[in-house]
Amino acid sequence: MTDPILKIHNLTKRFGGNTAVSGINLQVMPRETLAIIGPNGAGKTTFYNMVSGRMRPTEGSIELNGHDITGLKPHKISRMGVSRSFQINNIFPEMTVRQNVEVALSAFHGYSRKLFNIASRNRKVQAEADELLQRLSIGELSDQRAGIISYGDKRLLEIAVVLATRPKLVLLDEPTAGMTPEETRRVTRLIRSLADSGDYTFLITEHDMGVVFDLADRILVMHRGESLVVGTVEEVKNHPEVKKAYLGENDEDDENNNDTEAAV
Amino acid sequence: MKSAILLGALVLTIILLIALPWVVPYFYIFIGTEILIMGLFAASFNLVFGYTGMLSFGHAAFFGIGTYATAMLLLHLQWPLLACLAVSMGVGSLLALVIGFLSVRLNEVYFAMLTLAFGMMVFSIAHMWRSVTNGSDGIAGFTLGAFGLGIDLTLGNPAVYYHVVLAIVIVASLVLYLICRSSFGQILQAIRQNAERVSFCGLNIRHYRLAAFTISGAFAGLAGGMMAPFLRVASPEMMHWSTSAEPILMSILGGTGYFLGPFVGSALFVLLETWITSITQAWMLFLGIVLALMVVFFRRGILGTFLDWWLDKK
Repeated sequence: MTDPILKIHNLTKRFGGNTAVSGINLQVMPRETLAIIGPNGAGKTTFYNMVSGRMRPTEGSIELNGHDITGLKPHKISRMGVSRSFQINNIFPEMTVRQNVEVALSAFHGYSRKLFNIASRNRKVQAEADELLQRLSIGELSDQRAGIISYGDKRLLEIAVVLATRPKLVLLDEPTAGMTPEETRRVTRLIRSLADSGDYTFLITEHDMGVVFDLADRILVMHRGESLVVGTVEEVKNHPEVKKAYLGENDEDDENNNDTEAAV
Repeated sequence: MKSAILLGALVLTIILLIALPWVVPYFYIFIGTEILIMGLFAASFNLVFGYTGMLSFGHAAFFGIGTYATAMLLLHLQWPLLACLAVSMGVGSLLALVIGFLSVRLNEVYFAMLTLAFGMMVFSIAHMWRSVTNGSDGIAGFTLGAFGLGIDLTLGNPAVYYHVVLAIVIVASLVLYLICRSSFGQILQAIRQNAERVSFCGLNIRHYRLAAFTISGAFAGLAGGMMAPFLRVASPEMMHWSTSAEPILMSILGGTGYFLGPFVGSALFVLLETWITSITQAWMLFLGIVLALMVVFFRRGILGTFLDWWLDKK
């Protein structure tokens, strides 16, 4: 029996009187892919913000590989092997695609403290960046300015930046949001292959149920900040409360709304 | 090809700068010296502004403390110039370390206001601490001794001093440029574009901002130090907040996106000031107009706009 990579106990975040995340308990095993689903405002991003150090929890604890990381700053948590993407593209727009990855790599390898090397001549970092970009199928864009590549390519680039610091635990926040169906398939395939490589543990929030069912080993369903259910894909699919709350089989809801919910 | 042309243009500029005292009227040796010193000051400021994305409104403090350091060492101890300038760099960076430590935790306008506030405090100290700084009269009456390193130079000769300044500015700029091109420099630019992403890459951005600020303070201090023998006085005005505005204006005039932008801005600023004030008292009015036009139409500055256009061209 291996120990969980991530152990979350009673995680809670309140903003004034509003509870965004309430008493989440969760254990994530190494190398599994756990999807977090729930309607907008369910607290998924707040949950991520606490795990990645962007927000300090009001209550509860987060343990990474047995170390308490509750309330640590983002750079400290990143150094411990957690990396995340954002819902809105979060890259360095004026740099080239390759330089974006180089920044993360030089942070990881400690070149960032070097005052008198020449960044553009760092072959080791360049080669590593190119390899990573190839792996994400955007190698041919490496000399383009990151701000002008397509939306889907930017999301792939952000994943490359996320992976550059060699994380053990990767938090992806709606990786396929705003993508065309073709781009969605491409990203899904890519995450699938990364997950299959056994190098990473993934947490993925996602609205596209096709993507979720395709990638997830287990699913956490959040609703109004609370954990509704955690289980395998089948367990979640057949859970009565999930059907009611999220999968759109709620009689009280407006019919049209149900159709769109079911379609996504 | 284009980089060869740029390098050629740079070499030509340096040759012209070396030849300057023999080809221009005597008066322009002083103008040239001021342009070089203020250019280094602006370039040091631009490491913080153009590269790291922090608008410092208190850089006159580091510049001014450098001037005071060299002036006092010349007055009281008659040290060789190079040693005085080394101390100017040291005190500039030390003051920047202290002010930066207290300021870099804040962002954008709050950072600007805090650096302004600290700058005003330093100005007040220079103004009121009469026993040390001689108040509003400043430190004057010092004489220039040796240069240092056993090199025999008549520093009192404006043309000689111009060449000394030119040599020091070239060496200092080269060091500053190398820092900008390093991995560290790349991280600074990443922080300007997206600080949050950098911290999620595992770096404490406060440390990097503070390091940039301290390095900038060192070069601002060096520039200030060279000002002392040039002006023959160190006075509180050099630490006034209006002096902090000058590197900002120069950087914007020349362009914050290229390393040499602030130098071009300094040349433009000093030359325009010289020419316009010889015609009219309303120098600030013209500067205001030029600045407004720049910000509206050429936001990348003179050098920046030109290089953007030229490098984009086939």
